[in-house]
Amino acid sequence: MTESTGRKARKMISWRGDVRDARELRLAGLALAGPPLVWLATLLALPCAALALVALAARGPYGQIVWSFSAANFKRLLGYGLFGWSPDFLLILLRSLEVALVTTVVCVLLAYPLTFHIACRPRKARVWWLTLIIVPFWTNVVVRTYAWLLLLSPQLPPAKLAAWAGFVPPGGALYPSELAVYLGMVSTFLPFMALPLYASVERLDWDLLEAARDLYAGRWTVFRQAILPQTLPGLSVGLVMTFVPAMAMFVVSDILGGAKQMLVGNLIQLQFGQARDWPFGAMLSMALMIMTLASLALCRRRPKNL
Amino acid sequence: MTGQIELGLLVAQARKSFGGQLALRDVDLEVLTGEFFTLLGPSGCGKTTLLRIIAGLELPDSGRIFLGGREVTHLPAAKRQVNTVFQSYALFPHLNIFENVAFGLKARSFEPDEIKRRVGDSLDMLELTGLEKRLPHQLSGGQKQRVALARALVNEPEILLLDEPMSALDAHLRTQVQEELRRLQRRLGTTFILVTHDQDEAMVLSDRLAVMKDGQVIQTGAPRSVYSKPTNQFVAEFLGAANILPARRDGDQVVTDLGPLRLSEAPRWQEGRLAIRPERIQLEDESPGGAFNWIRARVREAVYRGESLDLWLDPGPVRVRTDSRGHLGPGDQVSLFFPPDALVALDDQPM
Repeated sequence: MTESTGRKARKMISWRGDVRDARELRLAGLALAGPPLVWLATLLALPCAALALVALAARGPYGQIVWSFSAANFKRLLGYGLFGWSPDFLLILLRSLEVALVTTVVCVLLAYPLTFHIACRPRKARVWWLTLIIVPFWTNVVVRTYAWLLLLSPQLPPAKLAAWAGFVPPGGALYPSELAVYLGMVSTFLPFMALPLYASVERLDWDLLEAARDLYAGRWTVFRQAILPQTLPGLSVGLVMTFVPAMAMFVVSDILGGAKQMLVGNLIQLQFGQARDWPFGAMLSMALMIMTLASLALCRRRPKNL
Repeated sequence: MTGQIELGLLVAQARKSFGGQLALRDVDLEVLTGEFFTLLGPSGCGKTTLLRIIAGLELPDSGRIFLGGREVTHLPAAKRQVNTVFQSYALFPHLNIFENVAFGLKARSFEPDEIKRRVGDSLDMLELTGLEKRLPHQLSGGQKQRVALARALVNEPEILLLDEPMSALDAHLRTQVQEELRRLQRRLGTTFILVTHDQDEAMVLSDRLAVMKDGQVIQTGAPRSVYSKPTNQFVAEFLGAANILPARRDGDQVVTDLGPLRLSEAPRWQEGRLAIRPERIQLEDESPGGAFNWIRARVREAVYRGESLDLWLDPGPVRVRTDSRGHLGPGDQVSLFFPPDALVALDDQPM
């Protein structure tokens, strides 16, 4: 090998990211992580800081932001208004939490049987089943929610059946209602739960299930000791991917829920839209963000033995 | 011990198919209490399916299973006094060694003190004391296997099933573990049923073994009798090496391509095949004139195997296993003696 080709080879290797010591590794790491860090800082951290700032500002008479800082918005969030204390906003936050939690739990309950069913199909059939999950996932959420509106309309069997059983007045629709919101929420978020969970279920070590059965375990113990620990990685991804967007969801509750089912997402949209009260909207957004992060932090505390 | 022979397991006419493929064809099996029994066969012969049916992890399409005189054909695994050591060991990765071993006792709601005592005893027995708090991934292959054994044996099963438990161990460790397993079984007196494709392992461990092929049990017996008296070509060749000689009966002797031979037990067929183990053929430089079962041959190829020297001879090819201290090489003339009691007439007909 001549001197020049040797140098060329070395150069190529170092260009491809070969590192020789810890210092070079740190530098290479920084170089690679730099752009995403800048991206995150400018597009996530800065807006958050701006949001926090706006949350402490006030609304001017024409809907503009007035930069006089106070805790007024926070007090308003807690319910202290012009006409004394009312828990409306807190109730909306609480209801959002409840809707998101119930949606997540229902998605888990549906996703386990679903993913096991798919994982037990022959290879070719599995692709079709997964396609059935993914196709609606690609469809716009507004379009899908309007589809539910049609499905629950008075002319179709579900509403007729409900009217016959006396749940809705004759000729009535199944919306707006809590049920309609949950139907919309669960169908929207099921793929977010099912796909990560499927990734875990597909790689399941079935020997462990058989070992548990062989060692006298009942159904619950088989799930608790053989299935749950193995599917925990997929489940936790699914929990986050379902719960976080479900907390902020407003399209579904807006279309299927009516005025009675207002969630924090709708309330925030209202502040930034019709009400033109950006500071209070920012305060609500902060509250939503903190509640979501707190829930996730709670989730991260793993129960013992898992 | 009363000396009375008890039937630990009876499998009658067990049949199982998967997607139209017959995995078991009406298998009958009897295993005695306290016996080390081995199901031996190549992969796909149905031995694992049979084991899973005994464990209750699979239900037979037809046939019946009796454990200690009680029918268990339709009982699930959790209701049978049978425990399994899985090929992958299947230790619960999130539970420590103590919790793994305690699993079966806990599931049956034993008292905590009782669990502690029994788990301690069985960890002691398998020399795992001190590893209670470790997680499975922190153990070596041999230790994992012992934990799997402890986890099954702590339940004091009537029968312990072992599904190729040695396949994940390296060759050196395997020999050691085989000896330990043998001693353990002797000490406990528990019925062990082992599934393996390794004929050495089957031979070393078993009181009796069943050779399986294509979903059927082909021959059952003590290793010595199955090895020395195989009933067909498959068993003769699967269990060690064998010379197979096409033969025809002629009076009180049989005629082969090598010449006339005498057997201590005359074959039941007119035309069939003989088997003789390579190490049973005796090798001499000179043949005594006029005696029967002596054949002159020439060495075609010599293969040195350390513990023995394998010679491929013409006419034949006949394989002879001899003392490795010998110095025979290609072209050497030898005389062979085929002892009449070493020649076995195979029952199956040539295809």
